[in-house]
Amino acid sequence: MGEFKVHRVRFFDYMPSAIRAMVFNRKTERLALARADGSLEIFCFADHYFQEKVIPGRDGRAVEALCWVGERLFSAGLNGEITEYDLENLRPRYTVEAYGGPIWTISSNIQGTLLAVGCEDGTVKIFEVLEDRIQFQRNLDRQKGRIISLSWHPDSTQIAAGMMDMIRIFDAETGHATHRLLVERGVGASKSKEVVVWSITFLSDHTIISGDSAGKVQIWDGFTGTLVRSHLVTKWDVLALSVSHDESSLIAGTSEGTVIQFQFLSPTVNQEDKEWIRTRTFKNHSHDVRALAHTDTAVVSGGMDTQLVVRPLLDKVEKNTQESALRKIAFPHRNLVCCAKKAGLLLFQYPEHLEVWRVGESDVHGKPGDRLPVKRKPEKLIQLKSKGEDHICCSALSPCGGWLAYSTASGVRLYRLQYNNISITKVSRLPKELRWAHQLCFSSDSSKLFASTSNSSVVVAALNQLECKYLHTLRPKSGSRQPVHLLFASEDGKWLATANTDCEVHVYNLHKLKLHCTVPVYSSCPTALAINPATSNLVVVHADQQIFEYSLVQKEYTEWSRKLQKQGLHFLWLERDTPITNIAFNPQNSAHIILHDMFMFCIIDQSLPLPGAKTLLYNQMTLKSLPEKERIQHSHAFKICKNFQNLLCVCLLEDHSLVVVERPLLDIMSQLPAPVRQKKFAT
Amino acid sequence: MAALYEGYTLCGLVPAQNQLYSGIQGVEEERDSDHVVVTDSTRSVTLYKVSDQKPLSNWTVKQGQTLTCPAVYNAETQEYVTVSDSKVIRIWKEDDIHLDKTFKATVSSDVWRVHSAPGGEPVVLFQRGAVRLLDSLLSAPQQPIEEVLSQEETIRWSTFIRAESQQLVIFTTEQKGDSFLYLQRLNPNTLQKYRLEREEPGLSPLSFSASYRDKQIGLLYLYPNGHVYQSVVSVRGLGAEEGSQALSLPRSLLLLLPVGEGLLKAASALVLDEAHVALVGVPHPSAGAGKDFLCIWNTNFQTLQAGKEMAGKIYGQLWSFSNKLFIPHGKTLSVIPYECPKSCLASALGKLRQAKSEESRAPASVPSWNSLLHGEKAQPSRAVETRKTRTTRKTQSTPSLTIDQVLELITTAPVEEVQKEVDGFLSRSDIQELQLSVGQLASSLVSRSLADPAFYTPSTLAQLVHTQSLCHSVCPDLVLLALERKDYFLCQLCLQFFPDIPEAVTCACLKAFISMPDVDAEKASLEPDSVSFMETLMSGQHGPTGLQNGFCPTSGDEDHTDTLSGGGTVVNTRAEDEEKTSTPPELICPVGLHKAILLNEVLQTAYSDTFLLPHLKDLSSQDVVLFLQYLQYLYMKYSQDAFPQMHGLRSPSLSQIMDWVGLLLDAHFTVLVMTQEAKGLLLNLHRFVKSQVRLVSELGKIESSLQELNKRRGKKTDIGKYSIEVIELF
Repeated sequence: MGEFKVHRVRFFDYMPSAIRAMVFNRKTERLALARADGSLEIFCFADHYFQEKVIPGRDGRAVEALCWVGERLFSAGLNGEITEYDLENLRPRYTVEAYGGPIWTISSNIQGTLLAVGCEDGTVKIFEVLEDRIQFQRNLDRQKGRIISLSWHPDSTQIAAGMMDMIRIFDAETGHATHRLLVERGVGASKSKEVVVWSITFLSDHTIISGDSAGKVQIWDGFTGTLVRSHLVTKWDVLALSVSHDESSLIAGTSEGTVIQFQFLSPTVNQEDKEWIRTRTFKNHSHDVRALAHTDTAVVSGGMDTQLVVRPLLDKVEKNTQESALRKIAFPHRNLVCCAKKAGLLLFQYPEHLEVWRVGESDVHGKPGDRLPVKRKPEKLIQLKSKGEDHICCSALSPCGGWLAYSTASGVRLYRLQYNNISITKVSRLPKELRWAHQLCFSSDSSKLFASTSNSSVVVAALNQLECKYLHTLRPKSGSRQPVHLLFASEDGKWLATANTDCEVHVYNLHKLKLHCTVPVYSSCPTALAINPATSNLVVVHADQQIFEYSLVQKEYTEWSRKLQKQGLHFLWLERDTPITNIAFNPQNSAHIILHDMFMFCIIDQSLPLPGAKTLLYNQMTLKSLPEKERIQHSHAFKICKNFQNLLCVCLLEDHSLVVVERPLLDIMSQLPAPVRQKKFAT
Repeated sequence: MAALYEGYTLCGLVPAQNQLYSGIQGVEEERDSDHVVVTDSTRSVTLYKVSDQKPLSNWTVKQGQTLTCPAVYNAETQEYVTVSDSKVIRIWKEDDIHLDKTFKATVSSDVWRVHSAPGGEPVVLFQRGAVRLLDSLLSAPQQPIEEVLSQEETIRWSTFIRAESQQLVIFTTEQKGDSFLYLQRLNPNTLQKYRLEREEPGLSPLSFSASYRDKQIGLLYLYPNGHVYQSVVSVRGLGAEEGSQALSLPRSLLLLLPVGEGLLKAASALVLDEAHVALVGVPHPSAGAGKDFLCIWNTNFQTLQAGKEMAGKIYGQLWSFSNKLFIPHGKTLSVIPYECPKSCLASALGKLRQAKSEESRAPASVPSWNSLLHGEKAQPSRAVETRKTRTTRKTQSTPSLTIDQVLELITTAPVEEVQKEVDGFLSRSDIQELQLSVGQLASSLVSRSLADPAFYTPSTLAQLVHTQSLCHSVCPDLVLLALERKDYFLCQLCLQFFPDIPEAVTCACLKAFISMPDVDAEKASLEPDSVSFMETLMSGQHGPTGLQNGFCPTSGDEDHTDTLSGGGTVVNTRAEDEEKTSTPPELICPVGLHKAILLNEVLQTAYSDTFLLPHLKDLSSQDVVLFLQYLQYLYMKYSQDAFPQMHGLRSPSLSQIMDWVGLLLDAHFTVLVMTQEAKGLLLNLHRFVKSQVRLVSELGKIESSLQELNKRRGKKTDIGKYSIEVIELF
């Protein structure tokens, strides 16, 4: 197979933001997740937990709570605004000021006709959900002290509100408070501190369950307003609660990083009366669990430690299947690194700035396993701060390294770069069609810029010296309104491939500037695509780990792809739980496809036989131990290297060296604030 | 899965001479599901109580007269209605003795059937297709009756269905090989005629069965070639075109039954529920060509759910009332209880396990008079059992008690009997089904024991705990009961097998174990594994060879003198004594063997320190010191050699021991500091820590030189921010 010189890069200080809120839409099986920097992510649980969409954040937009109304997504935050999102164009659709100070919580009734928000000034404000906007309807009785959490009763007649030191129940019709439930403060030193009811749940049998800052999960009778049961689960705060759809199970997230499950069971055999009993404790987080979702089969949690954890409940899924495995989603399912192959440059995308680095150099040749002395160290050439409050949503560096483009929700910016004495010049007067983009990409000769915009269309602009001219807009025939999340321009400048979240893959002919073909739609979303420069075959990898190769000339799946589908991929390949995020090709051998996910990179040699179900998939160590002659018998098409972990990018430079961008999770952990202290005995 | 249970005989039959007819005209439900009216083919009507297999009354018409219609029961008026000689309608009550003296009315046309359904008055269907309500007919018996059917058309089958507000008479006719279905609605009267699609020429349906569901009538019919079809007709009529011409009735093939050789002759299909059909007179697919089977088929999945061989001739007659099938065969009319639970695919394929206990109880409550009175042989016409039922019965030849009976027994019976029955019960049932009953058994045993000081069944309880289907929350008093009765073996088992013992109970056990006299402890017989572990540990034929963690009691002398001089006056307490004698080379266990084993069990239970701590504080200072000594002993033993881990026996781990030491010190720190006896112990523990700290610091000293070695080997451990490496892929 061969040797590779690998630039092992660890200087991309990617730091995901803490998870603030999440909400699961049971109908569409999508999870919306808000991070502390104001960005939103949509995960499709039906499609292997793929991160379908990312809405970039914005300075000053602190999302405190999220709420689905049908397929519409609303957020509210401490800036006092309610925002509805345009999930097709990945930007806020409109923002409504609630005029009640910071908003702590938002909740819709089960019919999806009304939204209730809880404000700092003690009001619960009801908004009516209209077709294209929301309209203020009225205030419920104003209380002293802020409204921290809200929950509608499923029949929409009552609202429970968690406040400081108490819970209020409102009649949603009259707006009057009907009950006041006093929540006990913590003991000892915290006696003097107000207790905050962080989270509240109103069940259909009029049971109210609250989680508070004194570490209690309390169960109340909503008819009489009396405390039924109190569970002290932590010394710190209970920050989040979530109840299963059938109201038989409840989970509570604490500051200690634990998630505690309660179940509605009868405590002794053969007795009808059930009560909420603490059953399981999950500890998958090192820090506060701020957000929780209870799906039908799993506990989904997230918090300060930035990872999204999906912990299947083993009584709800079949054991020892892929479905029952714990999933931690630490990295985004899209590229934050762009590699200029010809120039040996790397572009790192941070939420608010971009960095361009040149990789180092070594003039020594070593044997496998060696670490070479670095002759020239890598250097940061440019750090570019983004303009405005909006965070960067996508960026691209041209293969020659001469052009840099990025887009925020408010605009696209294009820069000309020079490196002999480093200079950066902004290209002014961009064509008006280039207002904003979901995805940017340069042609391989750096003469064109492609930007995907609304309705899956792609704007083509020509670049020369210091000018950018609009050429054409490519539109798919399908009329999909979903955003394009993958763009790839072929090496020879003839093809442009796009993929959108409707799972459609379109290929345009750039010479004729029209649609060339549409790849048959597959049920799972594409996570990476690329066109092989030698054969003009399009390689697409999907969220369910399937690989397809499609001949653009013949407009059909290639023989190899058919063979792969017929034989099926190795079960270990299908069991991987992170998507392939990048595909590259080896210019020296057109049969080599380079793919990577978070934990490995893989070179697929199309000329070798595919691994059967019984063959060892990860066979590099075995092959290494064999004498050279026997290797060929044992080798198969999937050459998987696990030397490098937590990968953000693997790409091949023109000088045939690999660039591997790693971001060790430990480095991320070490940058987190200290977790809450827990006393251990005899310490 | 649907199931057919063991049947029993309701009555004998007097078959007609030609052996083709069973001698029974009809079986109709009477006041409730347990009473039926059986009309025989000649002259008599009999009322039976089914569960008693006993006739209650019998009425006969005079010689020379014949009954031409099965008697029906009018629940409204509590009267029986039948027809004799096709034209005379007879009505009587249960306390009438002679049929001749009761009400009679002669009508002007021949009657085919009288039908009745609960909650409404009976209807009369005439042979020429006209329908009258019984009351209106009786008000003018000689009223003219119109002819609905054409000349050569004859009624084959009819039924009466009451659907919400509608009453429907459904009947099928045959004319020159064509079959028709008539739907006669009453109030308002409308008639709809359908033509059934033709099967192969010459074949006409053998049997019909109608069911009403969701405002639709499902008609099921069986052809001699084994095809079972279903047609669905809406209850609400078609309106305008009613009656004018015969619509063709669409049908769908439900089942394709194996027929064997030739065509079916006497067979019948009966709808049981939306997914199940009972069939009689059709061969069993896996039992050759014999046609004397009663089967239940699932029509959704086309699977055979249950089958039963019926002895004697099958007449193709079948009735069903409230989960009982009535089937005449040979010379008897048998009643066969059945059950059709709602089926899903999993159960149809036999993959779903279902609670069997209730099912098997249902038929057991009805004893068979035949077998009771005559034994099995004396009654040749008895239903021959299939092989399966025979074998199952053989295994259960001893009178087996159900769980309810066992529970009942526990509350009253003496110890020995309870023990015997529970053991028997446990050995009979399989583990999966036990789950529930084990809990019930244990809690009733415990509550009896608590109430009755003389009652205690240690071996049974131990056996129940051994099933591992039990946990503390299922019967919370068990552990405390065992403690109270000084049943230490049971305590040990509970501690081992219960995953959810609350900390308070753990502590209670601990307290009891520590404070019990050694004599008591030695009496208990404990689990052999744990005994052998402790014995090896105590016999300790391991010289002070390699010390694992650097602590060496002899080398600690220097510290010892330090503390002695610092502490000044150390009273020669018992602990100190023991420590001195016990240090090199052999340690002596401060507690007896069995006590140690029990304490080990406590060490291995799961606990949460938050909840355990307050309970630990209840221990007395002597207990604490003793327990600490024991823990120290364990720790010393463990640190001397690595054997406990190698043994694979159940034993406390080193970290469990250390956690408990920490817990105890935390709970009783002030007390321990104040107690004289504990001083030596604490000093000893302190010495441990000191030696460990010294070891670590020594290790720290050589760390840099080790690191240098590592560097020399050229291995990169720290990758840094950037490196260029060469890798090779094969």
